[in-house]
Amino acid sequence: MLANVVWSDLSPLIWFALKFAQSLTFVLALALLVAALVLADRKIWAAVQMRRGPNVVGAFGLLQTIADALKFFFKEIVVPAGSDKFLFILAPVLGLIMAFMAWAVVPVAPGWVISDINIGVLYVLAISSLGVYGIIIGGWASNSKYPFMGALRSAAQMVSYEVSIGFIILTVIFLTGSMNLTEIVDAQAGGLFNWHMFFLDFKNPINLVLFPIMFYMGVLFFISALAETNRPPFDLPEAESELVAGYQVEYSSTPFLMFFFAEYVNIMLLSGMMTILFLGGWHAPIDIGVQFIPPFLWFFLKTAFLFFMFAMVKAIVPRYRYDQLMRLGWKVFLPTSLAAVVIVSSWVVFFGDKV
Amino acid sequence: MLIAISFYLLAFTAVAAAFMVVAARNPVHSVMYLILTFFSAAGLFVLMGAEFLALLLVMVYVGAVAVLFLFVVMMLDVDFAEMKEGFLSYLPIGGLVAIILLIEMILVGATYASKTPSTVVDRTDGQSNLQAFGQVLYTDYAGVFEAAGFVLLVAMIGAIVLTLRTREGVRKQDAMKQMARTREDGVELVDIAPGQGISPMKPSSTEG
Repeated sequence: MLANVVWSDLSPLIWFALKFAQSLTFVLALALLVAALVLADRKIWAAVQMRRGPNVVGAFGLLQTIADALKFFFKEIVVPAGSDKFLFILAPVLGLIMAFMAWAVVPVAPGWVISDINIGVLYVLAISSLGVYGIIIGGWASNSKYPFMGALRSAAQMVSYEVSIGFIILTVIFLTGSMNLTEIVDAQAGGLFNWHMFFLDFKNPINLVLFPIMFYMGVLFFISALAETNRPPFDLPEAESELVAGYQVEYSSTPFLMFFFAEYVNIMLLSGMMTILFLGGWHAPIDIGVQFIPPFLWFFLKTAFLFFMFAMVKAIVPRYRYDQLMRLGWKVFLPTSLAAVVIVSSWVVFFGDKV
Repeated sequence: MLIAISFYLLAFTAVAAAFMVVAARNPVHSVMYLILTFFSAAGLFVLMGAEFLALLLVMVYVGAVAVLFLFVVMMLDVDFAEMKEGFLSYLPIGGLVAIILLIEMILVGATYASKTPSTVVDRTDGQSNLQAFGQVLYTDYAGVFEAAGFVLLVAMIGAIVLTLRTREGVRKQDAMKQMARTREDGVELVDIAPGQGISPMKPSSTEG
């Protein structure tokens, strides 16, 4: 968080201690945020259904998540008799580690990033594709039918939607000419119409072609993010009307909490990624030369807004059937995002000024 | 120092995990060890400064290929006793293949060792990994790269052709047709005279 400290000047031990402190800060902040988001999720859901939501523990139910977490901690960990015990415990741990690991390259404000590597986008893609292992292994190790079905569904779903997410991110990379997340955000500086999702460049009429494509890509990314995080309307791995709770059926206590935690950290990650890739990261929508609001707050507001959309979708959209989900992924998202990649890359070659 | 420790740790993990892929009794555990091997190999790439290759390895092999492996292996119903029965009868052929592979690897290793030792050097022109890869794949060897892409395309189409079958009388859902449905298509108001019941309704024209 110290801006522009030359890391190579420090002794390895201090360097390690500082990085460790940074990571710890990120993890603690994320953990606190998850607690707030779970409550927000429930409150929004309740508001849509004209209920009050959790309102007993603490003022306005603010401590509800803490109480729930404590309850999970103090319960007994039940490991099913026929299960693969090592993998059964490993699965939620793996899921949680992968969820936190991806945050290592996410810049939340200028310089506020643990590791500013030049292929950050690829890193996030790689790590988030590993998140599926927690679910698959958990489903298989439970040695039970419903979790197994949930794991199979989840594997197919996440692999399918990752392909279109990859192509959508490619269009952004083409426009920016960089895979570094900080550079992607800085390319969107200077107001709303420089953000990739509302890309309106009036200098040359041919540039306007990009606006509908990039707006559509942003919408596709949001929907793919819903599928990638197993959120409604794509929560088929845990569809309660068909699979009880999918891969989580046999889990109780802390391992269940870890799965739950990993899910929300992943939701935050994809909200943050969408903020970075399409909504200008920490840049203000109107560029007036001075920033009165700290950059981090802009990032936080945008991410929170996207999470609000996640919660709203959960409350108002009915669940997809499995074949509809696959049709949407392979027959709608993949061809259109592929076409967008072709168009955007052609635009960059023939009309772009970055080549 | 730190690099040496990391190298030996990763190399040892890679070899040990690769051994366990073969030695593990449970096929799912084998796949898990395979994933660990991929990871260690990716770590070795990072040590060499090829971080792009490392992430590609993780994304493609661990994130996609191994998931599909796991997908298939999880659903296998393997009888281990039966598998072990045929072990001795396959031993000669398997042993032969193993010995040939061992000789080949020794030859390769010997040739490599006889050359002057070389270490990884950073590019002098300051190009990043990514640019260097792009230069090689899409400029220097663009034709060969495209040809390789076409081979993969043919393989993909071949797989689709082999598995594609059309069946008669399958009720399919057509989302466009469903959305184009109007109230007139779906609802029919019938005025029933008391005591007469209703004649069988004519079947609806739109399925789904």
